[in-house]
Amino acid sequence: MNEGRKSVFLERQSYRRRRLVDTIRILPLIGALLWAVPLLWPNQSEGAVSGSDAVIYIFVVWFGLVIVGAMLSRAVSKGGVNEDQGEL
Amino acid sequence: MGTLNILVSVCLIYVIFLFLVAFGAERAAMQGRSGWLRSPIVYTLSLSIYCTAWTFYGAVGFAARSGLEYLTIYIGPSLVMIGWWWVLRKLVRIGRSQRITSIADLISSRYGKSNLLAVGVTVLAVIGTTPYIALQLQSVTVSFAVFSDAYNAGGPVESQESNALLVAAGLALFTIVFGTRNLDVNERHHGVVMAIAVEAIVKLFALLAVGVFVVWGIGGGVSDILDRIDASEIGTWEVQGDRWAALIFLSAAAFLCLPRMFQVMVVENEDEGHLRTASWAFPAYLMVMSLFVVPIAVVGLDLMPAGSNPDFFVLTLPLANGNEGLAILSFLGGFSSATSMVIVAALALSTMVSNHIVMPIWLKLAGTGASVSGDVRHVVLLTRRISIGAVVTLGYLYFRLSGGGTALASIGLISFAGVAQFLPVLIGGIFWRGATRTGAFAGLTVGFVIWAYTLLLPGFGAGALFSADMMAHGPFGLSWLRPQAFFGIEGMDPLVHAILWSMSLNSLVFFVASLVGFPSPLERLQGAQFVNVYAHSSNPQSWSGSLAQSEDLMVMAQRILGAREAQDLFEREARNQGVTGLLPEPSPDFLQLLERELSGSVGAATAHAMIGQIVGGASVSVEDLMAVADETAQMMEYSSQLEAKSEELTRTARQLRQANEKLTQLSEQKDAFLGQVSHELRTPMTSIRAFSEILRDSELMTEAEKTKYSTIIHDEAIRLTRLLDDLLDLSVLENGQVNLNVQSGPLAEVLDHAVSTALTGGGSDRLKVTRRRTQEHVRLTTDLDRLSQVFINLIGNAQKYCDAENPSLTISVRRRQGGLIVDFVDNGSGISKSDQAVIFEKFARVGEQRASGAGLGLAICREIMARLGGEIDYLPGQGGAAFRVVLPTEQAMAAQ
Repeated sequence: MNEGRKSVFLERQSYRRRRLVDTIRILPLIGALLWAVPLLWPNQSEGAVSGSDAVIYIFVVWFGLVIVGAMLSRAVSKGGVNEDQGEL
Repeated sequence: MGTLNILVSVCLIYVIFLFLVAFGAERAAMQGRSGWLRSPIVYTLSLSIYCTAWTFYGAVGFAARSGLEYLTIYIGPSLVMIGWWWVLRKLVRIGRSQRITSIADLISSRYGKSNLLAVGVTVLAVIGTTPYIALQLQSVTVSFAVFSDAYNAGGPVESQESNALLVAAGLALFTIVFGTRNLDVNERHHGVVMAIAVEAIVKLFALLAVGVFVVWGIGGGVSDILDRIDASEIGTWEVQGDRWAALIFLSAAAFLCLPRMFQVMVVENEDEGHLRTASWAFPAYLMVMSLFVVPIAVVGLDLMPAGSNPDFFVLTLPLANGNEGLAILSFLGGFSSATSMVIVAALALSTMVSNHIVMPIWLKLAGTGASVSGDVRHVVLLTRRISIGAVVTLGYLYFRLSGGGTALASIGLISFAGVAQFLPVLIGGIFWRGATRTGAFAGLTVGFVIWAYTLLLPGFGAGALFSADMMAHGPFGLSWLRPQAFFGIEGMDPLVHAILWSMSLNSLVFFVASLVGFPSPLERLQGAQFVNVYAHSSNPQSWSGSLAQSEDLMVMAQRILGAREAQDLFEREARNQGVTGLLPEPSPDFLQLLERELSGSVGAATAHAMIGQIVGGASVSVEDLMAVADETAQMMEYSSQLEAKSEELTRTARQLRQANEKLTQLSEQKDAFLGQVSHELRTPMTSIRAFSEILRDSELMTEAEKTKYSTIIHDEAIRLTRLLDDLLDLSVLENGQVNLNVQSGPLAEVLDHAVSTALTGGGSDRLKVTRRRTQEHVRLTTDLDRLSQVFINLIGNAQKYCDAENPSLTISVRRRQGGLIVDFVDNGSGISKSDQAVIFEKFARVGEQRASGAGLGLAICREIMARLGGEIDYLPGQGGAAFRVVLPTEQAMAAQ
């Protein structure tokens, strides 16, 4: 009975881990998309996005990616040993 | 002038400090205190060689000229690092498991350890990197010149060039001292990495200091700077979309493919866990590096006189504001950027040149190949040192010949686009097992030719290498081949045009050529190893070593790894193999290990070739291929083997069980038989003994009594004899030793004989035998005596056991398909169901013993009928006891 409960717990943990790896994988794609947003900004002089706004937008994305990346890498290193299974 | 002197002395002190740092790190590593040397932070900082002087100085210039476009150069690598799980993790794992020494080594190793491919990649890497080194030398000399200008009003050009030479010589010296101190199998350079990490901090600190000075010193804080940005000439978003996307892609590709990045990222990597930290820490570093670039550019454009070089705003802004200390710090930042790049680039390139170009040639020229005498380590180190010198000299020459003009300024991106050509081959190699060497060759060639044609050669300026006419109308008037408008598609940015065509055609040709060709076994093995690196980190390709080669291997390994290291390795392996002495058996496992150790020193292709020279060629056996075949295929193979084995085991077990049962049965039968025989013999013997005792001991006996007793003894003796005869008969029949006396005769005669024989003696009048003569006109060809014995037995049984008041026996004969049937049916009470099963067994007797008989009759009958090819069965449901004798057809012929 006890063992059964334990294995359920482990199952759940490795499931969480898989999803964590999924998040790590999707993060660069999200970053690429966000940084591709400037492609949509108008290039003409009227209605153009101001330089300061562009700078702020790009750096906010950057900062967000770094923070999320740091949290994820911390979480994945806490997760334990079997990093290889992420490939499965 | 004073400041310049101070600058020179600060610079010297800084260089000495770097030497000391590197030296200290080497010492600490040698004493085994390398733990703190290789922390994730140091790894992250060492990656910062991506930020060269070009990005340190040039980013501000870039921003001043093209606005926010400079950010692409940092965004690409950030994305690669954040996406570490996709590519970098795999690259690092492969690099560690395969002992990869450089990007050329990786590509050559992946594509069947092809040295030709390694040479190609090396040459292309040198071509792509040399201008970049020149750019670093230029930045150092120009930054010197900036100081000279400020105080000297234009120094002599010669001193600039001698500065460049000095810097180049110093860098070469540093790289040689710390990059080739020893030939480490892991190819890791603690001193170099530590110095780079320190330089990374210096350049970050310098740029931050200038940025803070600009924002809060010159400007009025953040909001003021943001206003200035909007008011400046780069104040609106004017980045072309195609360049934005293309440059992000290009910088990401270059980040993976630059030889120096590969060196610090993969080769110098100590622990895969470091990558995890660097995955967010390096983007953070890049973010901070680029944070103040726009403010510096904007303020510089605002304050500096028109026409001043925006590339050096980080120097000139503090100088113009009288902050010389900050200017010197900034100079050191730029100097650090330049030197760290040159050091690592020279190190990476020298490894490639010595492993893939010089060593193979040297081994070939040395004639006897790997078995020549002398220390190969010495040769390797020497070639590395010469290579470093050569690479730096090349950079210097390029700097001198190009004149250090504007041509260099654009070389950064051109160089990026060149090395990015490795990307399809690299990514294809680690993710696609179908990628082949032919494809890699074709793709790289096409990519580099297009790169050179569309970007590198036109980059020297119109009229320099390509005439203006050719640029406008294409070579030989082929307008669709215009270097900057392939297929007539005009109006594209030249850089985007070159990236688009070179990368897409490179990938396409690589893909198609891979599809068409067929890889060699070694290529396929390596491909499986690289692509499935997480599944199996071992090397399944096997050498087939024969005996008496261990000594040669030892000689070779000593020369490359060093005597002590090689002996340790051999001794350890010998112990693992359980062999006494120092030389292990050249088993495939050992040879693989040795090859990998050697490849850490001289590269995979050379190590492979050297071992191949001694051992005589690697064999890729079917088992090897099996080993790397699809996991599913392996599993299926394995499980089917298991299945077959278990089936075989089950079969054997079943046979054993059957054999055991049979043996037990036989043993029981034997016991029962012995018991029966002794019992049967004992009964007549007892009466014989008893009556013979009476005859002997009784004197008063009448003649009649004597006769009676003698008769009894005689009868019992006859019974005994008959029993023994029967036993003998049965034994002969059972053993198949009986000789059949085949005769021909009518069935009726056999039956007549049997009836008359059986009914002689007592009680003959009692049994009435009924026959139908007409049925009996059948001629038999068989052993008639034996057959008659069966019939006699059956009739005798009827006579003995039929319990009817008027016993009668009906013998009926008829033909049927497959044989002749003779039924013996009496009118008695028959044989009970349970007895029917045993009546043909030996010593089986039905009911209470009413008549003499050992119970062997029917057993004998069955044996006889089996010999004659027929059968005898009990026929149930006939009212009385009924037996059916079946004779095969060929023995029975219709009567004439």
